Parts: sequence; structure tokens; C-alpha cells
Amino acid sequence: MAAKDIKPAVETVTVKVDGRPVEVPRMTPNWEGKPEPTTVLQACKQVGIEIPHYCYHPKLPVSGNCRMCLVHVAMPGRPGPDGKAPMNDDGSPKVFPMQLPYEPQTPRGVIGCATPLVPGMEIYASSPETKEMREAIMESLLINHPLDCSICDQAGECKLQEYSYDHGQAKSEFEEFKVHKPKAVNLGPRITLDAERCILCTRCIRFTKDIVGDDALGIVNRGSYNTISTYPGESFNNNYTLNTVDICPVGALTSNDFRFQMRVWFLKETKSICTDCGSGCNVLIGSRENKMYRYEPRQNDAVNGHWMCDSGRLNYKWIGREDRLNTIKSPKGAIPWPMVLKEISEHLGSVERGSVAIVASARQTNEELYLLNHLAKHLGATTDSVPRRGKADHLMIVEDRNTNTTGAQLTGITTKRVGSKLSSIAKSIRDGKVKTLIVFGEDVTKYGIDSNLLNNVTLIVSDILPNETTKLADYLLPGCAHAEKRGTFTNVKGRVQKFMKALEPPGDALPEWEVLHELVHNVTGLDGFKSIEGLFNHMAGEVKSFKEAELTWAGLGDLGADVKL
Amino acid sequence: MSFKVTKTIDREANRLVKNYPEKRSASLMVLHAIQEEFGYISKEAEVWAAEKLGLKPINIHELVTFYPMLREHDPGKTVVRVCRTLSCALAGSHKLHGHICDKLGLDKNGHGLQRTRDGKFGVEFAECLASCGTGPVMMCNDDFYEAVSNEASEEILKKYDA
Amino acid sequence: MPSEYKLVLRHVDEAGYTNDIKCYQKHGGYKTMKKVFKLKAKKTKDGTVTPQEVIRKEVLTSGLRGRGGAGFSAGMKWNFVNRKSGKPIYLLCNADESEPGTFKDRQIIHKDPHQLIEGMVIACYANDINLAYIYIRGEFPEGAKILNRAIQEARDAGYLGEGICGTKFNLEIHVHRGAGAYICGEETSLIESLEGKRPYPRIKPPYFPAALGLYMCPTIVNNVETLCNVRHVMEMGGETYAALGTPGNTGTRIVSLSGQVKRPGYYEIEVGKATLGDLIHGEEFGQGLLPGRKLQAIIPGGSSSKVFKAGESFKIKAKDKQGKDVEEKLELLDIPYDFDTLMKCGSMSGSSAIIVIDDSVDIVEALGNLSDFYAHESCGQCTPCREGSLWMAKALKRMRSGQARKADADYLKHIAHNIQGRTICAFGEACAWPVLSFVDKFRDDFVKKGAEDEASLANQQKEEASN
Repeated sequence: MAAKDIKPAVETVTVKVDGRPVEVPRMTPNWEGKPEPTTVLQACKQVGIEIPHYCYHPKLPVSGNCRMCLVHVAMPGRPGPDGKAPMNDDGSPKVFPMQLPYEPQTPRGVIGCATPLVPGMEIYASSPETKEMREAIMESLLINHPLDCSICDQAGECKLQEYSYDHGQAKSEFEEFKVHKPKAVNLGPRITLDAERCILCTRCIRFTKDIVGDDALGIVNRGSYNTISTYPGESFNNNYTLNTVDICPVGALTSNDFRFQMRVWFLKETKSICTDCGSGCNVLIGSRENKMYRYEPRQNDAVNGHWMCDSGRLNYKWIGREDRLNTIKSPKGAIPWPMVLKEISEHLGSVERGSVAIVASARQTNEELYLLNHLAKHLGATTDSVPRRGKADHLMIVEDRNTNTTGAQLTGITTKRVGSKLSSIAKSIRDGKVKTLIVFGEDVTKYGIDSNLLNNVTLIVSDILPNETTKLADYLLPGCAHAEKRGTFTNVKGRVQKFMKALEPPGDALPEWEVLHELVHNVTGLDGFKSIEGLFNHMAGEVKSFKEAELTWAGLGDLGADVKL
Repeated sequence: MSFKVTKTIDREANRLVKNYPEKRSASLMVLHAIQEEFGYISKEAEVWAAEKLGLKPINIHELVTFYPMLREHDPGKTVVRVCRTLSCALAGSHKLHGHICDKLGLDKNGHGLQRTRDGKFGVEFAECLASCGTGPVMMCNDDFYEAVSNEASEEILKKYDA
Repeated sequence: MPSEYKLVLRHVDEAGYTNDIKCYQKHGGYKTMKKVFKLKAKKTKDGTVTPQEVIRKEVLTSGLRGRGGAGFSAGMKWNFVNRKSGKPIYLLCNADESEPGTFKDRQIIHKDPHQLIEGMVIACYANDINLAYIYIRGEFPEGAKILNRAIQEARDAGYLGEGICGTKFNLEIHVHRGAGAYICGEETSLIESLEGKRPYPRIKPPYFPAALGLYMCPTIVNNVETLCNVRHVMEMGGETYAALGTPGNTGTRIVSLSGQVKRPGYYEIEVGKATLGDLIHGEEFGQGLLPGRKLQAIIPGGSSSKVFKAGESFKIKAKDKQGKDVEEKLELLDIPYDFDTLMKCGSMSGSSAIIVIDDSVDIVEALGNLSDFYAHESCGQCTPCREGSLWMAKALKRMRSGQARKADADYLKHIAHNIQGRTICAFGEACAWPVLSFVDKFRDDFVKKGAEDEASLANQQKEEASN
């Protein structure tokens, strides 16, 4: 039968939200991605209505403890003895607003996070009854809260503040003394707990137990005195602890690194990629007045979900280091960009074919590596990168600690065996075959091309921070951190992802792709793009796997696109 | 008594674990066993119990701090628990508690468990002990006493004052 | 005058009756179990009915309702069990007797443990259960020892273990001790506690014990008295059992009577065959109030149930002899002590524990005592109860220390209203109901206290100002 070939349509359920009939899928992925009956909260979200919540998180097991997502609903009547459900006069199924069984005049809510849809049910997401329930929960949550927003780091991104504004009453009946709990507790080396601000939603506990597999946090004491805690004397110290700061809906868990540094509403947010390993976790850079204050993970279910590791998150301080390279160096001393590019272009234009070698870091961007490889082809240059490996963990960190090994391979700068040609490059220098060495972003003295060898070549170096190689450079071109430029990386799984510019580079530093574009144009005549968009789109037409995936800069969106490896 | 892994406690823990399809279930019973032998559940005991049950110490600590009957510190040789809840209160349990505190030199308005200086007694209010028809009731360790008059309480205390 | 009807407590307190297996057997113990084992599969026009189904049918027919507090049909509870999951089914006996005012299970456990075990064996046989636990409150250390001894005796007699009484049926029962937490009486909290976790009640949906209970397996949680009644249902047959008590409120119930009556105690009655007045004043029961005292209030079903005020009367819907709906007026002391009438009167029989409060008692003090209990016992998992239970207790503490306000009556109701119906488990109701009902019914007492304290505060301020 022909019907067999037709993919069955997604099964749907029709319910009413605030009087509006909506059709949503019957099943929705749960926190583990397994399909489960769509809940009231999910259904509302799918039609653009946010049910306020604290403890619910789409990537954590449902706990249902905060009760903020209580909503008043009406349920279709159960079939009577005749097997027929009660009907309205117009033939539609009759619904019955839920009420307390022992007090029929009082409406009863269900928690949106754990209540599966029933066909025909009506969800009163913004009715007075629902609002009253939310107000009550808000009042309860705030009675023992210190209300110290003025000195709280969460201020500005605090769900208590937001929901107070949206669903609170701006007044409390509370007349008693508040419960006092521990403050400024060092939960771990990177996290401080203020137990009085905590609303005991248990997101942090569930995260570390169910996502990280480190059952490190728990609740001690009982009732109103419940307090989040590690085992006394133990430290919350896995490599993912800072995610608990992100998911803490209030100011209970704060990052020692970010604490008291900056009001969040002053921060500019820029979409970027973590450069700490080949995973390419999506991040947001928080910066103000050209200073970076933090990384936060940016949701991308194809890459990092909602999370990132602590080591990656805290690896940004180098960007603002005092000793950043910020002046151009040439044999003639410090000269402006046009002059240095002219000199290098003239030099490369005059070299013998095969007398140039290029070592480019697998932490450079796809565009930069593409341009370097284009140059290499023109000059008949040998190219390679430097491998960088560490221990993979069970979650997000991969063995490959270069951001863009895949990009280096796809653009042709290196091969499957990254760094395998470094020794032959060293030999060629020793033999006098290679007379010019171009180094982007690596200290080659650590990889078998020592200072004696470097003294024998014209050494053109681009880098961000000083090292042995930059010291010996004939031409030193100060480059940019990823946060200071735009571009793309390809992660270990072949996802091409772009990142945006958050900061201005220091001094003379320029994005490497701009410098390379100029140089490559001068030497090879390649042109046709003046922007990163143009460059990317051009590259996407040249690099085989990018071409097959029909990549475009615009098409990458915020979340990137996969290419076949 | 400070905790040490004895043959008895180890054997008892192993026996208890066998009563459940999942080890963790034995937590409460193992903690009871520890408390019975050592009087309270020290940090060392928590860590040992956790290891025995394949858990993290925090998993055990969460229980010890939740259940009022489990003690983190030495509560005294004889723990006197006077029922505080309504039926016993109506039958005079506050007077009884006050009388016992007076006799033992403790503050009857003090909060939580109070220990005598010599460590012989710990006195506290307990919530309903489920013998509301014979209030006021109290327990001395595992022994249960009902309809306790002030005078009777003195006799009872004497039994434990060894 | 109605009198006691001893079924579960038939032999308890008889001279010479001991809690060992020999004594139990001498009094007909374990005969019903053996009878049940002999049941054969029956062929009917609808197919074969297994012996297990026969038992379950009998329990359903008996109309037996849970004796723990909710009063839900035991037969229905059993019928909800998912028998097709392929996972083992568990029986948990709830012996966490913690509802203030209740001390009935204590009698069974201490004085007739084998009756409970026999009931459990039958319940397990009926539901294909091979592993059961008795969750006994920590404050019953002696009870735990007695049960353990009884289990060992039953095992030695071949009533527990493998191939019980020559059948292919295996069953192990273990005693699991709580450690002082009222919340563990809530069935999903009990399950979490038994799993070795903090006893936080589970959200329902999805964690209904009948499908996702202990270790996420189908689980039945029954009260001690309920399980004892299972034995009697099977002994006399469901229909005979259903003839005891009143329609819809069948069998017997052990009532715990405490507070200010002459003769507090536990009394087994046919459900609905004695009134509140009988139980308080009857010669066989409470024998009335203490000399010179007047009735002020009755808490009819454990401390969580809504309080009645002396002299209250109720209009309830009933059927007359022709089956027509009529409204009946019912005086407080004429309320038949059953499940349904107490509910119609706005309270409940709960764990069948009556606490009598006479006119010597400060009603604010009495509520304060209960609210302290609930603040102490809230597990703290969900917001309304965690925050609200202590809030109410603090307010009542303030009111009892000379700082009451006239507004506190409404203030207390506001807090309680924030809790009820909004929590994960019924503890929300348990802590809100006393407050709501005490304040509603004794509003004058609360307002009066507030007025007095406010007046004395005003006087103080005046004096201070004039000094």
C-alpha cells in the first residue's frame, strides 16, 4: 500500500491555552531527549506562553518542588456509565475547572512541569486564579529571602526579581523573624553559597548528580531549615561546577571569579565559541568597556547543550594580559601595517618556489587557515600545525585541545597526522632548502624548530602573546584573540560555528584574516571579498567538505552547521 | 563512644544490606545499628556507612541531619524524650518536661536536646510518640513510659542514673 | 447504647493472650492463610479466575477502606496495580503511625503481631508479591523487635520463606525502621525513605506507587489495621464483612480516643455504628469529660483533620427511606463515626483519632501546639509548605507571647490558604486545615487575644510616652 511509504505525521493533541485552541505534539523530548507526553509547561512554551518556573529546567529531571508553575486548568469530564464523556450543547466535550475536592469553591492548580496534556483540557495560563497561585508562591519564597538585591550579583538576571515584577504583589504579610542560614559559604574553589538566598529548587543538586555524575551536593537539615551543602569538609570541585551558578535561578550560588566584579546589566553579550578544546562549546562573552568579565555557556543542543566546563569558562584572562603583543616589529623597527605588509609581500613575491614553510596553529580560524593554505599552494610551501592533546572527560572535554584541528585539516594546512611534517620542516631549514618560515600562533621552538634554526630563516610571525619564536621574529605581526575578531571554527565533530567580536584588540593588533587577506592578495592576486562574510562564502566554495555542505556565513546562524568528515 | 569499625557493626551492616534489592535501602537500618553501638553517628561513621552502601558521604549526611532520632553528637547516655504534642500537652507533658529538667539541672526553656554535664542524660521534647491515650508519655532510650507523673519520673530517672 | 465490636482487637488485652505464634495459632491464627492457599482457580463464563483474583474480588466486595487516613478503597488500590510491567510488585506495610492522636497500630504491633503478618501473607499471595517490608516508626523500637521475632517465628513455621505451606509461593518480610519523621507516613515519602533517600514525597503524576513505586516498581502501601482486616475479610468472606458497619463504611475501626475525657483509650467499633457523642460520653468508651469541664472542641480524625466546635450542627445531604434526596440536620455529637459523614460535615475520620478539648484549654495555645508539630515535621521539599508551616508556627508563637494582633486571624488564614492544595503531598492540607478550621470556628478567641495584646501594647506605649 502506498500509505506505508508516507511517514506518519507527528501525533498531536489539541488543548486550549487562555481560550485559544492550540495543537501541539503529543510527545516532547524529556531532559534526556527521550519522548514523553508533552506537559502543560512545554505546550505553553511551544505556543509562546512562558509559565514561570524555578526548579524546572529542560535538561534536568523534573522535581516539581518550587510550585511556581502552578496553573489553573479545566479537565474534560470522565465518561459516565454509558461510556460517553459529558458534552456541551454544541457537541464539544465539557470541561470542569479543577477545584479542591474538599472545598469546591476554591480553584486548584496543577504543576505545569509535570502534568501531561489531556486532549481537550483548558489551560488558564493567565487567569486571575492562576495569578493568585503565583502570587502566593512568590510571597512564600520571599518571606525568608534576605531581599539584598542591592549587593547581590544575580541582580539583573534573577528569576526572583523577574517574577516578583511580573507575578508578585510588591507587598508581604510577613511579620515574623526570618530564618537565618549560612552565608558566604565556600562550596568549592570556584563557588560561593548564600544559603539565605537559596530557594531550594535543587537544580544544582540534580545537575551535578544527573548530568556530571558527581553526587556532591545535598540538602541538610529539615523543613524551613533545609540548606544546600556538600559533605562537611568536602569541596564541590568537579570541572563543571560553574554551571550550577548559571542554572541557579537566584543569587544563592555565585562564581568566585565574577562575584562583585560587574553589574550584569552593564555587560555587553557577544556570541562566541570557547577555544579551550575541540568541542567548540557555544558561549556568551560578557564584557564592558573593552574588558571581558565572563564566559557563560550558550545553549546549542547539537554541541554543548546548556553547559560548559569550568576550565574552559575560566580560560579567558590571557586575553587581557599586560604583555599582549601590540606593536609591529620589522627589521627596520616598528613600522605601520601598510609598510610591513608591503615588505613581506615583496619578500614572498621574490622567493624561490619551495623555499617557504608555514606552521599555522590549529587554533587559528577556518578563514585564516584557508588563506595561509592558499598562500602555501602558491609558494609551494610545506605546511603543518602543532598537535595538542590532553585527557578527555566523560562529558564535554575532548582529547584534542586545539580549537580548530578539523578546520586545519579541511583547509589543507595539516593532515590526519597533525605535526608529522614539523621534523621535515626543521630538516629543510637545516639543509638550507627552506629560507623563509611563516609561523601563525605557535612557539615552534617547542616543537623541534629551535632558535638556531630560526636564526637561519626569514621569520615571519603572527601571535598574541610573547614567546621564544616571537622574540626571534624578523617580522612580528600582533594578532587577535577570538574575542577580538570574527570568524569560524570547525569542531572535532565537523560543526562549523561562527563567533563574533566582543572587544577591540590592543595597540597595533589586527585580526589575522584581514592581514592575511592583504598579503595573499598582494602575493597571489586572490580577491573578491572584503569582509569576513565574503571571505567565508568564498572559502566555502573552495574547501571540499564546506562546499558539499553548501555552507554560507548567513546559513551558519548562531548555532553552526555540520560538515561531513 | 567514638566510632571504630568493629566486627559486630560490619557483620550487622552486611546482614542488613542483604534484606534489600538495592544496597542504599539499608541506609537507615545501618545508621540505627551504628547509633545503637556507638550512641551517635560521627563523621567517621557517616563516611564508613557511605562506603559500605556504595554512596557518597553527603547521601548519608542528608539523612542524619533530617531524622531527629539520628544523632550527630553524643546525646548523653540516656536520652529522655518527652512527648510534646497536643494530647500529651493536654495531659501535662510540659510540666513533666520542666520537672525533669529541674531535677537534672537543665534549662526547661532551652531549645533542642540538652545534656547534663556528666553526660548521663540528654533531655528533649519529641513529637507525638503515638500513645496519646496514656499521656504524658516519655521514652528513656528504647524504654517507653506512659502516664508519667512528676513523682514517677524521678523514680524512672533513678533507674538510669548509674 | 452502641458498644465495642472487637474484630481486629478480638484477643488483644484478653487475660493470658501473648504475642507469640503459639498463642496466635491457639486462637485460630494462620487458619485463614491456609484456607486462602487452598483456593482453586475457578472457571466462569468470562474465563478462568485465579485464586489471586478471587481474593482481590473478596477484598473489593468487602468495601474495606484504608485505615491509615485517606479512607480509600483497599480493593481499588490493589486493582490499580500494574500487573503487566514485568517488574516485581512490592507490599509495604505502613506502620509509621505518626498522626498525633493515633495509637491503634501500636496495639496490634505490640500485642498481636502475627495477625498483621497473616494479613500481609494473604495480601502478598493475592497480589503475587514475594518481598514486603513493614515500615515501622523509629519510636517503636520494642515494636520492631516484636515484629522481627514474630517474623522469625512465622519463618520457622513455614509461613514465610520459600514454598510456603507446600505451595509455590515465596515471601520474605523485613522490618524497616524510620527515625522520627512524620512525613514518612505519606506513602511516596515512605518509599523514598525505604530507598535510603531523604523522605521527600514524590510528585504524582507520574510517580503513583501502583505503577512507579519502590525502585520504580508497582507497589502497594497499606496500613497495619487495613492489612489485619484483609485477614478478617478472607476469614468471613467479603459480603459478610461488608455487612459490618454501615453501607459504604464497612467493617470495624479502631478509634483512638485521647485528650480530656475520663477514659481515653482505643476502642474498636463497627464503622458508623457509634457517634462522636457515644465515643466521648459512652460508658464503654470515654465516659465523658472531666468533672466540672465543658466540651470546647473535638478534633475528630487525627491532628490534621478540621476541628469541630462544641455545639456545632450540620446540614448534610442524605437519602430518606424512599431514596429521595433530603437535607438532614445533624448535631455534632450525633455524627456517626464513619468515613463519609465526617467528610460531609467538613472534616474527616482520618486515622480515626479523636482528641477532645475541654473549656480549660486556651484554643490559641492548642493550635500553636499543633502548628509547632507541623513546622517541625515539614520535609521542606516544596515551597508553600516549607515556608508556610514555619510561618504559621512563628505567628502563633508570637500570638502566645503577648504580641497578638486582631489582624492575626486573617493573617493565619492567608498563610494557610497559600499552602492548601498547592503542595506535592497532603502534608500541605495537614498543616493548613487545623489553622483554617481553628481560626474559622474560634475566630472570637483569636480576635480577642489580638485585641487584648494590642490594648496592653497601647497602654504600655502611653505609659512610656508619659514617663
